[in-house]
Amino acid sequence: MSPRLYRTLKAGAEIAVPLAILLAWQLWTASAHSPKFPRLSTILVEFRRLWLFSQFGSDVLPSLERIGAGFGIAVAAGVALGIPFGLSSVARRAAMPHIEYWRAIPPPALLPISIVLLHSIGNTQKIAFIAFFCFFPVLLNTIDGVRGIDPTLVETARSYNIPAHERILRIVLPAALPQIAAGMRNSLSLAVIMMVLSEYFSSTNGVGYVLLISKNTFQLAPMWAAIVLIGVLGYALNLLFLLGERRVLAWHRGFRAAAPQ
Amino acid sequence: MSGTEPVLEIEHLGKTYGTGSRATHAIGDVGFRVEAGELVCVVGPSGCGKTTLLKCVGGLLRPTTGRVLLRGREVTGPPEEMALVFQEYSRSLMPWTSVRGNVLMPLRHKRLARGERKRLVEEALDAVGLTRFIDHYPWQLSGGMQQRVAIARALAYQPEILLMDEPFASVDAQVRGDLEDLVLRLREQYGVTIVFVTHDIDESVYLSDRIVVLTHSPTEVKEILDVPLPSARDQIATKELPEFAHLRAHVYRLIKRERPADPTEELTTSRSEA
Repeated sequence: MSPRLYRTLKAGAEIAVPLAILLAWQLWTASAHSPKFPRLSTILVEFRRLWLFSQFGSDVLPSLERIGAGFGIAVAAGVALGIPFGLSSVARRAAMPHIEYWRAIPPPALLPISIVLLHSIGNTQKIAFIAFFCFFPVLLNTIDGVRGIDPTLVETARSYNIPAHERILRIVLPAALPQIAAGMRNSLSLAVIMMVLSEYFSSTNGVGYVLLISKNTFQLAPMWAAIVLIGVLGYALNLLFLLGERRVLAWHRGFRAAAPQ
Repeated sequence: MSGTEPVLEIEHLGKTYGTGSRATHAIGDVGFRVEAGELVCVVGPSGCGKTTLLKCVGGLLRPTTGRVLLRGREVTGPPEEMALVFQEYSRSLMPWTSVRGNVLMPLRHKRLARGERKRLVEEALDAVGLTRFIDHYPWQLSGGMQQRVAIARALAYQPEILLMDEPFASVDAQVRGDLEDLVLRLREQYGVTIVFVTHDIDESVYLSDRIVVLTHSPTEVKEILDVPLPSARDQIATKELPEFAHLRAHVYRLIKRERPADPTEELTTSRSEA
């Protein structure tokens, strides 16, 4: 098989398999006549009615804002704290039990207290909630990435008297970046989950809110449309992230491919 | 070369890891001087603490006993006047930035005019013959070329003393010859003093003005010998000279008379035959 034909086949399979699943779903729902499983075509019509774009501004945008802000805060805080914890074994020793403790608590358990503490079911509470749980994967991966820096590189920097701020910005951070990115990707999918969860619990708008209200009023087509949207959002965000990562970390792919081992 | 002030003095340098009965005496008592403009090779059996010694000289490690003096002042941290080239070029270069970025890295914090930095980087890369590869990533280059980048980075830093830790140990023989000649040429061009650690006896005789031969660990100086070969060295002509063969054989015997490296013995024997 020629490599070109092989590539075409692979790309074809990537598109054909989901199409086949959707087709099977449509055929099955059309013949089943179950109110719990509306026809795919019905869901898609509902999807279009809701999200393209009558409720896009009122519900999708607030959800995206929360994801963006929560994720952004988590990344900033995770990297800012992960670097000193990665560099200092004393700081790490002091911080690790606390990190492991808070990380072990299931997010829904903290949802009520986040409302009490922040006196809010508005954006602040939701962003804080998303940021809190997205923080840990970034933090832990940053710590690992910083610890994993090649000692030869550290000694090189030391021998050239590179000042601390420059060492952190130009050596520690880029060296840890591949692993930080792995943590960020983890956090991004967590952010979508936390967004739905926080809106599901107490909210006046958002995709999670629409999902909850539709369920409570037995409107199954909008409910399914919300589920489809959440899946699409998660998929699209991940795809977007990977595209960015591929650009920023192009050196890392090349470096790994060139490595002798 | 004689009669000038020593630029570098290593006095009774010792390095011990650990304390009490678990102490490892890596370096016993090493002392020698390096004069300005000299190229001194430090040779010794493998495992004799050559790298440890060089890191002490470069201020990366503190010696347990003794001291290193740079123009009479004790070295307590990496001095601005020294640059170190490591053996593991692929690990001392930053894979996320270009060859230019790597050479520029130690210059960013130096007080230099903007144009001056650029000039130093380009000049150093020109000196090692890598001008064409300035915008490549290090990992796109061969091993020998990567070590050239590391050498260019050290030169652009404008050190008085270049410390080289077995820099050509992991490149193949032919490239190695080219790099040795490059070092000799750069020494002329930049007027830099070089302390070159190697376990390769031919390399040490070929490059040096003087050779410091070390014993097994706990390391001491076995002998310091002058290399009275003509200063213009040539991979073929110099190595054909009878003096080259004599010196090579002499250093070989000195090192061979050291017992073969046995990791348990290295820690316990205080001294091999002197």
